[in-house]
Amino acid sequence: MQKISRRSFLKAGLAAAGTVGISGLALPSSLRGADQTPLATLIDIRKCVGCEACVDACKEANADKFPQPQKPFPKMYPSRVKVSDWSDKKEVRNRLTPYTWVFIQSAEVVVDGEKQTLTFPRRCMHCQNPPCADLCPWGAARKLENGITLIHADICLGGQKCKAVCPWSIPEQQTGVGLYLDILPSLAGNGVMFKCDRCYNRLEKGSLPACIENCPENVQTIGPREEIVRQAHAIAKEIGGYIYGETENGGTNTLYVSPVPFETLNKAVEKGPGQPHFNKVGDSMAHADNLAKAMIIAPFAGLAAGAVRCYKAAKTIAASADKGAQEEK
Amino acid sequence: MNQNFFPEYKYISRAYIFIIFMMCLTGFGQMPIFKRYYIADIPGLGWLAQYYLTHYIHYIGAILLFVISGYCAAAYFFAGRHHFRLTRSAYIRVILLAAITVTGIFRVLKNLPDIVFSPNFTMFIDISHLIFMLIFLMAAAWFLFTKSGWLMEKARISEN
Repeated sequence: MQKISRRSFLKAGLAAAGTVGISGLALPSSLRGADQTPLATLIDIRKCVGCEACVDACKEANADKFPQPQKPFPKMYPSRVKVSDWSDKKEVRNRLTPYTWVFIQSAEVVVDGEKQTLTFPRRCMHCQNPPCADLCPWGAARKLENGITLIHADICLGGQKCKAVCPWSIPEQQTGVGLYLDILPSLAGNGVMFKCDRCYNRLEKGSLPACIENCPENVQTIGPREEIVRQAHAIAKEIGGYIYGETENGGTNTLYVSPVPFETLNKAVEKGPGQPHFNKVGDSMAHADNLAKAMIIAPFAGLAAGAVRCYKAAKTIAASADKGAQEEK
Repeated sequence: MNQNFFPEYKYISRAYIFIIFMMCLTGFGQMPIFKRYYIADIPGLGWLAQYYLTHYIHYIGAILLFVISGYCAAAYFFAGRHHFRLTRSAYIRVILLAAITVTGIFRVLKNLPDIVFSPNFTMFIDISHLIFMLIFLMAAAWFLFTKSGWLMEKARISEN
């Protein structure tokens, strides 16, 4: 790990903002998630020069987490289930793959009347309420208290549901690895889904995520989300810029700040499989959250309706009994 | 329950069976199987492959099931228990439904933005919810086969 002195750390000006930028210093416990503080990262698009140092660092730091598929792959049924194999294309860098968890996206835009090519790292947004973790049927995708969304490679069956429900379709599939090989490899599952885990293991040890630590331009900053949001607003105010991720999908733990509107960036970036957009994204889980509130009321509503029904029935029976008694007299 | 005593029983019973069926369907729809096995290709069943839609329907089913459970519980405790008693198969179904409900509640809590469970507990509730549902389905099928109802008239018990 590259060691940077305390002086240079302070020089980066990030400590003043209560956040941590490029530093090899041990992280305070709050940044390791030890006190359950959700951490977020801020990507300042102005600073990125597209050198791909983050991509290299990610590939090196996470090499032992990358899939090592067994070949030949089991024959899968029915035939519509296709093999997804990136093991011979590990060096693909223009999109997300099981071996590329961060890549550099570029956009030709006009900034202050001048045509410029902006570059910026793209990876998992680490949503505050991640639909991939909420809707994973096995608990393989999970949200951690420190704001990381993680897919557990030993549990994932590679059904791609996380990719289908992710507003940015981030997770990428690799066939021939994982638990499905030990269960029903031909009939259920199809490998494991892979994506950025924000170097959770490095954070646990007090180190920064590799992409942040190795960026020569200090493009990324990590810190408690409240601080990161504050910092994003300060930069946006200073440059008349725009923020992405503060409210997208209910809020994400990856925020971008840009000198041009994200609608403009979105039009300019190459989009497609493994190349996420910059669309506006509503809260995917909002409807479910509202229905969850209705669930609290539902049993009491049923009990009340049942009790009223019984009370009325008892009253009717009593009235008819009285009537019968009067008629007998 | 006796229809003279509880005339809406017929409708509630039908609604309960329909909701349980929809809960099973949308519950299984949370796994990526309907598209893989062409079931979502059957005209009219394409929605089974839409995860968000099946998830909402599952939640709505849970709400309706809570309402019915509350209604029936009130009807039984305030009136029905004087004339009827729960059968043994009913107790088994109530216990299994309770287990499904409790694990389901934890799943709903897990999906709320500010609640984080440990990874192991998350996996436990995910898998136990499915397992309890499978046991319930097998039990329900067996009770259908043996024609075991939920309630038995107390008069009939004393006759026996």
